[in-house]
Amino acid sequence: MRVPAEQRRRALLLLGAVLIVAWANGDLRFAGVSGWGSYTVRIINLCAINAVLAMSLNLLCGFTGQFSLGHAGFMALGAYTTALLTMEPATKKMVFFMTPQWGPLQNLLLPFLPALVLAGLVTGFFSLLVGVPALRLRGDYLGIATLGFAEIIRLILQNVRRVTNGALGLKGIPPVTNLWWTLGTATFTYFALRNLLASSYGRAFKSIRENETAAQAMGIDLFKHKLISFVVSSSLAGMGGGLLAALLTTIDPVMFKFPLTFQVLLTVVLGGMGSLSGSVLAAAIVTYLMEFLRVVEEPHYLSFMTIRGIPGLRTVIFSLALVVVVIWYPRGLMGDRELTVATVTGYLKKRWPGRRGAG
Amino acid sequence: MEALRLPIAMFLQHLANAISLGSLYALVAIGYTMVYGILRLINFAHGDLLMLAAYVVYYSQGMFHLPWPVSISLSVVVTMCLGIVVERAAYRPLRDSPRTTILISAIGVSFLVENLGLVVFGGRPQSFPLPRFLDIGSATQIGSVTVENITFAIPVVTLALLYALLYIVHKTKTGMAMRAVARDVDTARLMGIDVDRIIATTFALGSALAAVGGIMWAMKFPQINPLMGMMPGMKCFIAAVFGGIGNVSGAVAGGFILGVAEIMIVAFLPAISGYRDAFAFIILIGTLLLRPTGLVGEKAAEKV
Repeated sequence: MRVPAEQRRRALLLLGAVLIVAWANGDLRFAGVSGWGSYTVRIINLCAINAVLAMSLNLLCGFTGQFSLGHAGFMALGAYTTALLTMEPATKKMVFFMTPQWGPLQNLLLPFLPALVLAGLVTGFFSLLVGVPALRLRGDYLGIATLGFAEIIRLILQNVRRVTNGALGLKGIPPVTNLWWTLGTATFTYFALRNLLASSYGRAFKSIRENETAAQAMGIDLFKHKLISFVVSSSLAGMGGGLLAALLTTIDPVMFKFPLTFQVLLTVVLGGMGSLSGSVLAAAIVTYLMEFLRVVEEPHYLSFMTIRGIPGLRTVIFSLALVVVVIWYPRGLMGDRELTVATVTGYLKKRWPGRRGAG
Repeated sequence: MEALRLPIAMFLQHLANAISLGSLYALVAIGYTMVYGILRLINFAHGDLLMLAAYVVYYSQGMFHLPWPVSISLSVVVTMCLGIVVERAAYRPLRDSPRTTILISAIGVSFLVENLGLVVFGGRPQSFPLPRFLDIGSATQIGSVTVENITFAIPVVTLALLYALLYIVHKTKTGMAMRAVARDVDTARLMGIDVDRIIATTFALGSALAAVGGIMWAMKFPQINPLMGMMPGMKCFIAAVFGGIGNVSGAVAGGFILGVAEIMIVAFLPAISGYRDAFAFIILIGTLLLRPTGLVGEKAAEKV
């Protein structure tokens, strides 16, 4: 049977990607070398998680035009759900040494996949509760109200000690996050959102972004579509939070303050509001720079002098970058265009018309 | 309910604290409401002006040993300058952009100021010096309760500044121009008002009030750190929304009510004191959903 060239190419690409991930993750040995070392793998994990978070926020801010500042709250819900479902009962008993944990939660233990899915579902449920009242608001008021809800969620997590261990946080979360989980979730998020945006729902989202009144006149149920976008976005944020919890193995309520939302928002704006591939690219760049720029915060000892590192300079650079991008390059890296295999080959063909182009 | 059997002396102490916290909220909320009235912009960086004002006083006292009146005036001037610079650099180029774009810029500026604060001032909390003049640094014994003198000074200063501000807004030509710009920017420009100058003046006035608020905040809670403006800033914005955004007296009323309610809830219901910060956000969400125009705000039609 002849397989069409397009399908064969995709299958080859997928196989190649799987082999590379398997090698990088250390599952496969190649010429005696296995994996990229834990530091590189950790950065790639963070890149993928940030990509999930940025894409999910982009669905809401970039594609539906609803400005939300509550991402950190939903990440916290997902992170806590995953952590509580995957921690060993013995670890839980040790972590909850101040206030004993609420009974039914003590012996609850699930594998990572169902825990992550449940994290998405729980976050989705709570985002429904938040979205129903909040989405009646528009623009900056929606932003400030979702920020309020996120802070309330965080304070609840900090205060229900018998469930979440309060301000002490959770330690000893099984470190199951690896490249398969993070890259898998990122790929799933990318394709799920791409297909959602190509559907009639996606077109409705974009029309709401462009002009609410016109969208309503075309018969689009504004509230329903905003709510769908909000819940999908928050569930994905919850799953991102779950991955983050299993990567860091320690979470506490202070982690999920507004600066976390700021970092995701920064990524979305840098990548371009309304571009999934832009969000992925920006997530990679921001995560990489966050690590790379560590050098400016560390002291350097040269033979004749010592350069004192400046702690906090990274965040200064990033907030400055955000303001500069918003003022001078409001479209970000990609604007609302997408980077796909077709656009890349098209660009290469235009550049070198003589050759057959890449792929 | 044992909590309700609060001794009267304790109650008076809480009341004094509540009123001074309410005055601080009111003072800072005015800045939010004035800027929102004119630009329809949540000036996220407004709360960070508090921090800057406190640090200017801290350094002018600790390093240069300036007299108190000089260092307070210096702090007000520096904060005003920062307010004007922020407006010119981050908001003016975006004045015709969608409102959420300006909001993102405002959030960016706020983080920039906070983190510059961390870089320049260091992240360690510093203890704020208390002035000797007028005995503000000491405390007064009334019956069985002790109240710091600053607690009494704050409402007095707030009321004086509020009176001055209302005079400027309602009796002077600049104030009239400010009200005109808030009503309709384009028409105001046609009437020969220099809109850019009026907006800068608004930022300057709001920042000056924030500076005084920040200095008094640091005297009342004498531990300063570069992130100290974050939470108060948020709460003062909430106070402004609660009172009716765009309205100066509304912001003052909102600030007082929020401050009093916050202290009283912690005093009467210690069991839920962990949710103290959530209370403001509940007020915010309730206001936005039930009465978006706030306590005294007038109904404004949303322009499409």
